[in-house]
Amino acid sequence: MKILSKTLNKINIFLENNPKITIYFPQFLIILVLTIIISYFSLNASTNMAARGIETGFAFLKNKASFDIQFSLIEFDSNDSYARAYLVGLLNTLLVSGIGIFFATVIGFFVGIIRLSTNILASKVAEAYIEIFRNIPLLLQIFFWYFAVLRLLPSSENSLILFDFVFANIKGIYVPRFVWTNFNFLTYGLVVSILAIYIFRFYSKKKQDLTGVQVPTFTTSLIIFVVINLLFIIIGNVGLSLTYPVLETNRGIHNYSGGVSVIPELIALAFSLSLYTSTFIAECVRAGILGIDKGQKEAAASIGLSKSQILKLIVIPQALRIIIPPVTNQYLNLTKKFIFSSRNCLPRYCFSFCWYCVDANWQSNRNCLDYDAYILNFKYINFTVYELV
Amino acid sequence: MNLVNWTRKNLFSNWHDTLLTFIILFLFYISIPPLLSWMFFDATFFGTSKKDCSGTGACWVFIQVWLKRFTYGMYPNDQIWRIDLAFIIFFFVIGAYFFVNTKIKKILFIFLTIIFPFLAIFLFHGGLFGLEEVETRVWGGLFLTLFISVFSIIFCFPIGVLLAMGRRSKLPVIRYFSIGFIELWRGVPLITVLFMAAVMFPVFLPSGTNLDKLVRVIIAITLFESAYIAEVIRGGLQAIPKGQYDAANSLGMGYWKSHILIILPQALKIVIPGVANTFIALFKDTPLILVVGLMELLGMVNMAKTNPAWLGLATEGYVFAAIVYFIFCFAMSRYSLRLEKQLKTSN
Repeated sequence: MKILSKTLNKINIFLENNPKITIYFPQFLIILVLTIIISYFSLNASTNMAARGIETGFAFLKNKASFDIQFSLIEFDSNDSYARAYLVGLLNTLLVSGIGIFFATVIGFFVGIIRLSTNILASKVAEAYIEIFRNIPLLLQIFFWYFAVLRLLPSSENSLILFDFVFANIKGIYVPRFVWTNFNFLTYGLVVSILAIYIFRFYSKKKQDLTGVQVPTFTTSLIIFVVINLLFIIIGNVGLSLTYPVLETNRGIHNYSGGVSVIPELIALAFSLSLYTSTFIAECVRAGILGIDKGQKEAAASIGLSKSQILKLIVIPQALRIIIPPVTNQYLNLTKKFIFSSRNCLPRYCFSFCWYCVDANWQSNRNCLDYDAYILNFKYINFTVYELV
Repeated sequence: MNLVNWTRKNLFSNWHDTLLTFIILFLFYISIPPLLSWMFFDATFFGTSKKDCSGTGACWVFIQVWLKRFTYGMYPNDQIWRIDLAFIIFFFVIGAYFFVNTKIKKILFIFLTIIFPFLAIFLFHGGLFGLEEVETRVWGGLFLTLFISVFSIIFCFPIGVLLAMGRRSKLPVIRYFSIGFIELWRGVPLITVLFMAAVMFPVFLPSGTNLDKLVRVIIAITLFESAYIAEVIRGGLQAIPKGQYDAANSLGMGYWKSHILIILPQALKIVIPGVANTFIALFKDTPLILVVGLMELLGMVNMAKTNPAWLGLATEGYVFAAIVYFIFCFAMSRYSLRLEKQLKTSN
């Protein structure tokens, strides 16, 4: 023991006399260990891959994909390349994340505000909603909606009909497709009305600065919007007609055609993702609103702002400042969670960033670096979402 | 009179509150009675096969028959006592933890974190001292869920502490290594990590060696969660006032001594709620191991519902699994909330 403590002491003294060693030695050690580990693994990998005949690289992107994707926003068939399959996956990811983010935000804000309601029953119901949906694993929720609820829908020939234009059956939900005539005029109308509202707001603000008289901005903007759009619709003769989905029977197989079809996988995913994420957003919203100091409201009231003005000018701007960062995180989580869910629940629909391509590749065991491509791609989206928000 | 006042104040204070109350009551009226009759009044609880179910309500016979499989997976029936024993020890020690003094608490803590893991692995896996060996591929059910989450959290904690310290280190190589490691794992979804562990990892090992799939998955989850834990702990480290560091330095303590004796005890106390939240998230993510072919609770339910003799009972299975997960997660979140409140008052 004595010898040990003596040597330890000596080492300590030596280190104190040479402070550079304590700085450089651990760093050097880490670099050394990292190099050894990485070279060991890559050596193994290269011998193993050579033995199994696995190629690496991104050349496979040009190869023929030779599989089908059931749901794609752009045209895709099995003769297209892997690169295009990835693009389909990317678009599908963006679609479902977009839907999920939209509904999660709406439901989340709604529930978060209800949670703070003075009505005890309402706030308890909101609390129960939050606790239930956030304490059940997302995967389980997806399975529940997909395998337990949507499978209960009837078959195509006797499908559920809501309001005479929504048809729900086990193959999905069918809604009419909008067919516009002279759609351009409507877009012109939108652009012109938005411009007009901007100009109006600019002048009303100027007037308020000069004279202190307030113009009712919101109502006037609404009137401008409606009037200009109506004018454009009438002038341009914009028409809207609906193509209804029609039940067709082909060799005993019933199917709906025409209209827009939403496949059950998409519904289950969008549903569970938005419900799950909305609970977290609701909590963020609640924290944000509670985070506003009471003095802020009192101060605003004491300088004579009305109740709605307090909410609009004082509470919401400050609350949003607290709410936005965590909610952005939740959006990212939603996108990330989406990736796993799609792989499990939607085997053949290439919803995510093309799990299916990856799977197909693994089965034929050709390209093991698809995974890396996948991860790279994913990271890329992740960062773009960060930068966008 | 009190009750009337209370309802008037909380439920009917103005016209929109009243409207809201009535809407909610109406929704209760249309949704709760059918739900209750499905779950309890029309349900069949006892039986041996699907034929025993009357048809209108839930068929809990499914759960009753499969309960053993849902809890223990495909673990051999005559060996189940080993799992029970390990979990009884685990919960007994945790329960005892609340009732003993600090000295014994320390011993229990060391037992739980250092000795118990090996004891549990020995009990579950066997193969030594006459215990029959049970391969990991038959492990499953709730047992596997708990096993993976508990072991991952035990292993990822020390790594997370080191990474958090590394990220705040003054040495550039260590700092950038920690940042790179943490951001790499945080930027990748768990499912990718699991897939890499299950499918890609053998490629990186010398040919012929074979690491058990469960071990690979636990390593993957541990590395993944350690990045998240590191960020939580870093928050705690940053919350410690600079005076504490300076005071420790002025007493002549070095880096390690000051961290172990002064900084970490305070920082870890602050981050308990954050760690608990990470643990809940980890627990909720365990069903994902389904993708690599390990059958935890949800996987067993999925398997049972495709059994030809029990088709069409998906709803019951999922409701059961949801209730089990809910109980665990809800209890943990409430406990972490309580801890948070306690810590707030003590400061």
